[in-house]
Amino acid sequence: MTTLRWKVLAVVAVLVAAVYAFTPPSEKVRLGLDLKGGVHLVLRVQTDDALRIETETVADRFREQMKMRGVAGTVAAAAPDRFRVEGVPADQDPALREVANEVAVDYTREPGVSGTYDFVLRPLVATQLRNESVRQALQTIERRVNELGVAEPIVALYGTGGDQILVQLPGVTDVARAKEIIRSTALLELKIVEDGPGPTREGLLATRGGVVPPDMEVLPGASDTGGTGTSATVYYLVRRVAAVTGRDLRTARPSLDQNNRPAVSFSLNQDGARKFSSVTGANIGRNLAVVLDGRVVTAPRIDGRISDEGQIYGVFTQQEVQDLSLVLRSGALPASLTYLEQRTVGATLGADSVRAGILASLGGLAVVTVFLLAYYRLSGINAVVSIAMNLMVLLGFMAYLGATMTLPGIAGFVLTIGMGVDSNVLIFERIKEELATAKGVKAAVAAGFDRVFLTILDTHIASLIAAAFLFQFGTGPIRGFATTLTFGLLSNMFTSVFVSRTLFELILSRRHAARLSI
Amino acid sequence: MQIFSAPNYDFIRWRWHALILSAAVILAGVGYTVAQGGLPLGVDFSGGTIVVVKFQEPVSEQVVRDAIPGNEEVVQTYGEPGDHEILVRLPQIEGAEEGTSLEEGANRVVAALQGAGVPTFETVRTEIVGPVIGRELQLKGIYATLASIVGITLYIAFRFRPSFALGAIAATFHDILVTVAFLSFFGYELSLNVVAAILTITGYSVNDTIVVFDRVRENLRTMRKDALDQVVNKAVNQTLGRTVITAGTTFLAVLSLYVFGGEVLRGFAFTMLVGIVSGTYSTVFIAAAIAIMLSRRGRVARVPTAAPVPPGRTKSKQREARAS
Repeated sequence: MTTLRWKVLAVVAVLVAAVYAFTPPSEKVRLGLDLKGGVHLVLRVQTDDALRIETETVADRFREQMKMRGVAGTVAAAAPDRFRVEGVPADQDPALREVANEVAVDYTREPGVSGTYDFVLRPLVATQLRNESVRQALQTIERRVNELGVAEPIVALYGTGGDQILVQLPGVTDVARAKEIIRSTALLELKIVEDGPGPTREGLLATRGGVVPPDMEVLPGASDTGGTGTSATVYYLVRRVAAVTGRDLRTARPSLDQNNRPAVSFSLNQDGARKFSSVTGANIGRNLAVVLDGRVVTAPRIDGRISDEGQIYGVFTQQEVQDLSLVLRSGALPASLTYLEQRTVGATLGADSVRAGILASLGGLAVVTVFLLAYYRLSGINAVVSIAMNLMVLLGFMAYLGATMTLPGIAGFVLTIGMGVDSNVLIFERIKEELATAKGVKAAVAAGFDRVFLTILDTHIASLIAAAFLFQFGTGPIRGFATTLTFGLLSNMFTSVFVSRTLFELILSRRHAARLSI
Repeated sequence: MQIFSAPNYDFIRWRWHALILSAAVILAGVGYTVAQGGLPLGVDFSGGTIVVVKFQEPVSEQVVRDAIPGNEEVVQTYGEPGDHEILVRLPQIEGAEEGTSLEEGANRVVAALQGAGVPTFETVRTEIVGPVIGRELQLKGIYATLASIVGITLYIAFRFRPSFALGAIAATFHDILVTVAFLSFFGYELSLNVVAAILTITGYSVNDTIVVFDRVRENLRTMRKDALDQVVNKAVNQTLGRTVITAGTTFLAVLSLYVFGGEVLRGFAFTMLVGIVSGTYSTVFIAAAIAIMLSRRGRVARVPTAAPVPPGRTKSKQREARAS
C-alpha cells in the first residue's frame, strides 16, 4: 500500500510539473515560423570574395614592392586564390624571392616558363580565411537582425557545406526590406576613379585599346542626376584596390548633404583615416567612387585631403539612409551573400494552421477515446487517462526545454496519441489473454504489464532510432516533428507503463475484484 | 469485447499469395511512376517557387493563369473551397542564385496579379528553393531514410536474430515502396513532409513487426517441439487483435489529421494512412514469412533449457533467457 501511495504521488507530481511548465500555453510554448508567420532564409557566404580581396591586396603590395626594388614585371590576380607575376628577368629572381618573403608568405610560389610565377594561397590559410569570413558574416547578420528589432530571431550556421547561414525572422512582414538589410553592403569600398563616368563600358576603354588595365576595373553606377530623380546606368573605370573599405569604418549615421537631402555620414578608425588621408591627399582634383556591392553610388570630386570623416550622398530616401547607416554600422560583410532559400508564411496562415492542428488533435483524441471506451469499457478510462497525460507531459517537456512547436510537430502529437493507444492495447490484450488462463485479476494485470514491457521497450527504441535520423534530416518544421515524436515516445514509456499500471493497481486495491471490465 | 476470439488463421500458408500481391502493387507503382516520368518532386527537392495567394472572393484558376505572363506556371486551387486560395508554382529559374533574382519569379507573379484587375488578394505563403538546397535536401532525404533503416536493422539483429532483422527490413522496404506507389497513383508530390512521413513509417512498420517477433521469441521457449512456421503463425494469431486494433485507431487518428489538419499536412497524412495499412499488412504477411524463409527449415535457434520465464522475473534472468 505504501509503495502504491508513492506511485500515485509520483504520477500526480509529474502531472502537476507538466501542467505548470506549459501554463499558459500561449506564452510557454514556442511556436515555429510556420505557425507564427515570418520568414525563413538560407544564405550562402561567397567565401571566394574573402579570398579575392586578400589576393588582390597582396598582389597590390607585391606590385609596389617590386617597383620599390626595381624589379621588372607585371602582377595580376588570376583567381580568388592566386595571382601571377610575369616578365621577371632571370637575374632578378633573388629580388623577387625577397619580395615574396616579405608580402606573400601565405602563398606558395609555382614557377612557370620565362619569368612567370604563380603565387597560390596555401590551402590551410584559404580554409581559415573562408571560415573566418563565414563567422564574421554570421556575427554581422546577427547585429543587423538585432538592430532590426525582430523578436526571437535565429541566426545560425546551416547545412554541411560550412558556408550556409540560416536566418529566421518571426513576425517580419516587410520581407524585401529585411532581405536587403541582411544582404546589402556586402562590400563598401572607396576607390579612386581613373576615368568616367561614361555611358558605355566600351567607350571608357576606347583610349586603352579596349582592355581593362590589370590594376583597374569597370564598375556600373547611377549617374549623378542632381536630384531630378531619373538616372541612367553609367560606367566608371576605377582602381581595383580600394583606398578604404568598410573594415576601416568606425561608425555611420543618417545626416543631410549640402542640399539638405538625406545622406549618410561616416567616420573612419585610425588605420582607415591614415590610409584615407594619404590617398585623398595624393589625388586632389580627381574623383572618389563610393562603391557599395560593386556598384558606384556616388563619385564626388576630392577637393582636399580628407582624414577621418566623410559623407555618402546620392539620391536616397530617408528609409534608405537609415538602412544604409544600419548596415554600415553593423560592419561590412567580409564577403557577399546570395540567397539559396526563402520561405515566407503569413501570420493569418499561421493562425489557421494552429487552429487546424488543434482541431485535428482533438478529433484524433475524440475518435480514440470513443473507441477505447467502447472496446475496453471501464479499463478504457485508464487508457484514455494515460494517453491524455502523455500529451500533457509531452507539452510540458516541450515548454520546459523551449523546443519549437511546428505544424508537423502537431502531427507528431497525433502520432503520439497513436503510440499511446498502441502501448495500451498491447498491454490490455495481454491482460485479456492472461485472464483467460484463470489466474485471478491481480495476477493477470501484473503479468500483462510484465510480459509486454520488453516489447514496448523494443518498439520505442526502434522508433527513437527513426526519429533521430529524422532530426538529422530535417529543417525547421520537420525538426519540430522529430522533437515531438522523440519526447512523445519518452513520455509514453512513462505514461503507458507506469501511470497506467498505477491506475490499475489503485482500482484493484480498493476492492476484491473477481472480474475486470476490459 | 473481442474482435477475434482465439484466432487461428494459417497466415504462413498464404505467404506466396501475399508476396505476389505485394509484388504486383509495387511493380504497378514502379510502372506507373516510370510512365509518369518519375515521381513528381515538390519545390523542396526540385527547387523553384511557390506562391499561395488568398483572394477575398472566389477566383477561377483560369483567371489567375491568364493574368500571369508566360506559360511555365502551374496554377491550382489550394485548401478548402471557402478559402479562395490559389497556388502558383514556377519552375527553377536558371542562375537564380547569382544575385537577388531568387525571388524574382514570386515578385513577378504578385506584380502581374496586382496589375491584372483580379479581386483583392494577400500573399499568404511563398516558398523559394534554389537548386543547391534542393539537391542537398534530396541527398539528405535519401541518406536519412537509408541510415534509419540500417540503424533499425542493426537493433533488431542485436535484440533478435539476423534473419528476423532481414524480415523486418524487407517489410519496411515493402511499406516504403507500397507507400510511394500510392503517392504516385494519387499524384502526390514528394515534399519534405512526405519524406518525414515515410521516415516515420519505417519506425511504425518495424514497431508492428517487433511486437510479433517478440511474441515469436516468447513462444520459442514454450513451443519447443513445433516447427518455426507454426511458432510464428501462432504469434501472428496471438497478436492479431492488438495489430488490428492499434492499426485501426492509429488510422482513425491520422484520418482526423488528414481531414482537419489543413492543406500543408495533407500529403503527410495521406502518406501515413497508406503506411499504416501497408505496415499492418506487411507485419502479418510479409515480415514473418521472410523471417521463416531466411531461417533454416525446422527449429533453428536452440533456446536455453530454462523453463518459460514466470512473470515477475528479474532482469538478469531475462537476459539469460534472451541470450539465444
